[in-house]
Amino acid sequence: MLKKLTDFVRGSQVWKSIFRHGPPTTARNRAMVMLANVFLHLHPVRARASGIRLSFTWCMGGLTFFLFLVETVTGILLMFYYRPVAASAFNDIVALREDVPLGIMREIHRWGAHAMVITVWLHMFRVFMTGSYKPPREFNWGIGVVLLVVTLLLSFTGYLLPWDQLAIWAVTVGTNMARAHPAIGHEGPGSNLLVIDDIQFVTSGDDIRYALLGGRFVGEGTLLRFYVLHCIAVPVIAMVLMAVHFWRVRKDGGISGPL
Amino acid sequence: MLETIDGIFNFLTRPEIVFPGAFVLLYLSLRYARVWTRPPIALGIGVFLAALFVYSCAPGVGIAEGHEQFVESAAKADNVPITMMLGLLYFFFWLSLRKAVVNDERIEKGLPPVEADEKSRKVLVWPDLVYTELIAMVGVTVVLIVWALLLPAPIEEPANPGRTPNPAKAPWYFLGLQEMLVYFDPWLAGILIPALIMVGLICIPYIDRNPKGNGYYTLKERYGAIFVFLFGFLVLWVLQVFIGTFLRGYGWNFFGVYEKWDVNKVEPLLNIDVSEIFYVKMLGMYEPENTLVRELPGILLVLGYMTVLPVLFAVTKGKKLFRELGAVRFGIMVNLGLIMLAVPIKMVLRWLFNLKYIVNIPEWQLNI
Repeated sequence: MLKKLTDFVRGSQVWKSIFRHGPPTTARNRAMVMLANVFLHLHPVRARASGIRLSFTWCMGGLTFFLFLVETVTGILLMFYYRPVAASAFNDIVALREDVPLGIMREIHRWGAHAMVITVWLHMFRVFMTGSYKPPREFNWGIGVVLLVVTLLLSFTGYLLPWDQLAIWAVTVGTNMARAHPAIGHEGPGSNLLVIDDIQFVTSGDDIRYALLGGRFVGEGTLLRFYVLHCIAVPVIAMVLMAVHFWRVRKDGGISGPL
Repeated sequence: MLETIDGIFNFLTRPEIVFPGAFVLLYLSLRYARVWTRPPIALGIGVFLAALFVYSCAPGVGIAEGHEQFVESAAKADNVPITMMLGLLYFFFWLSLRKAVVNDERIEKGLPPVEADEKSRKVLVWPDLVYTELIAMVGVTVVLIVWALLLPAPIEEPANPGRTPNPAKAPWYFLGLQEMLVYFDPWLAGILIPALIMVGLICIPYIDRNPKGNGYYTLKERYGAIFVFLFGFLVLWVLQVFIGTFLRGYGWNFFGVYEKWDVNKVEPLLNIDVSEIFYVKMLGMYEPENTLVRELPGILLVLGYMTVLPVLFAVTKGKKLFRELGAVRFGIMVNLGLIMLAVPIKMVLRWLFNLKYIVNIPEWQLNI
């Protein structure tokens, strides 16, 4: 009965129009799945048995990407309710838990972000331990390093948004480094030498930290900047780099294996 | 009895003990990987570590207020991932070394690594890989939902720029860099060192020209590369995160793992610069007025470290390496290695001599 029903659904015109092939029960159709589906075609049709073994890859790269998707979905939902202005940011965050039945969306977003930092580190650890950065994968290792940094930046820019004590002081500590940037931070080496006729060029009012914070300290301007960075700028950079990263995994011969 | 044990742990977690200790431990764990990665032994160590964690969280034993302090740090919602990460790291550290040991034993017998045995066997990605991924995704989703239900995301008082918390800590994954601030000025700890970590990581494939160990786990065929990487990753990064989380309390003062954070703890700052060591202590004179003359010993030390040492290395022990890599690769590799090594060196100098700056030129805001 059930089999009859599934056969009917899978044989229908609607099914065929969506999937372009029959059920993935024959070798031919299993290959077709991977070729005909825009999401699945990130994968090859066939892969080395040793390469896709869970104990070999630990699935950490895939999980990092999955967590990025989780963060995107939960992040969009959070954006519906959160306003990045100092007057309302904190209250909006509190309301996400207090005013919503089973309000765990922010929790999933936050723990997902921490988990993503962990999975990306473990992914790098695995890639190193299997020597997978060696030729021809040198360039993709470099892209991966940048993606790791981008992951940390995504997490860091999001850290400010709850606008509580934890948020502003963690970000204050983090961004204080920027004022020590050589030449373009006002406390950095060499910046106080950039003087003409007693006019200081690099000051706390125009240095790299000021550009980052939109002010001399973490304030209203910083909140908006970090919101835009967190929701638009850094994710777009991450997506472009991920596209390159995945493309190159395929181009460089798929998951690494003994030569 | 337990209080004595806790006291020993407090001593063992002092930075000047825990860093060299971690270095030795890493060396031993690679040197004797064949012994300890055997599943029963590794499981035993894992159980011991887990028991140690449970003991650390146990109330009312040993130095009771120290345990309370530990729980306070460990139970902070944002610190929970650190414990998870440490557990996962132990597991995957073991797994990768276990697989490496198995492969090394096969290679010794003249067999190919496990991964090569299955080299020619190709399988269809649907269903073999796609289903694994699906199960992994479902698993992580379940973990995330349970985690989110059990542990509320942290929210403290509304932001108040007028009230600085003590200690003010960066997000946990940056605590390694914040720890560096104890030993280096912000332009080094916050800008140059992170930038060089990134550059250094990107350079790895171009420096490590060893063709072996590409695409399979092995320890023996690339022992040096693995040792350097794990030293950077586990000792200079992950351990610093642990220290920043659990061992840095009020005023960023250091406290043992079972030590109550004391608000009034004041560490006397007896830090001195290289110029003082050279002119005052060694030559018994006053420091020169001219800044550059005063800082000359330090400047020469730094320049010598970055230029003379690589050349010395190239003509002595590193002769073979120099020939294999060529001047450019060799230069980049040795300089990156020296900068990486400068981190523990500066720490040791601080512990031994209270050294603050090697070069101190306030006029240029240049301190090294």
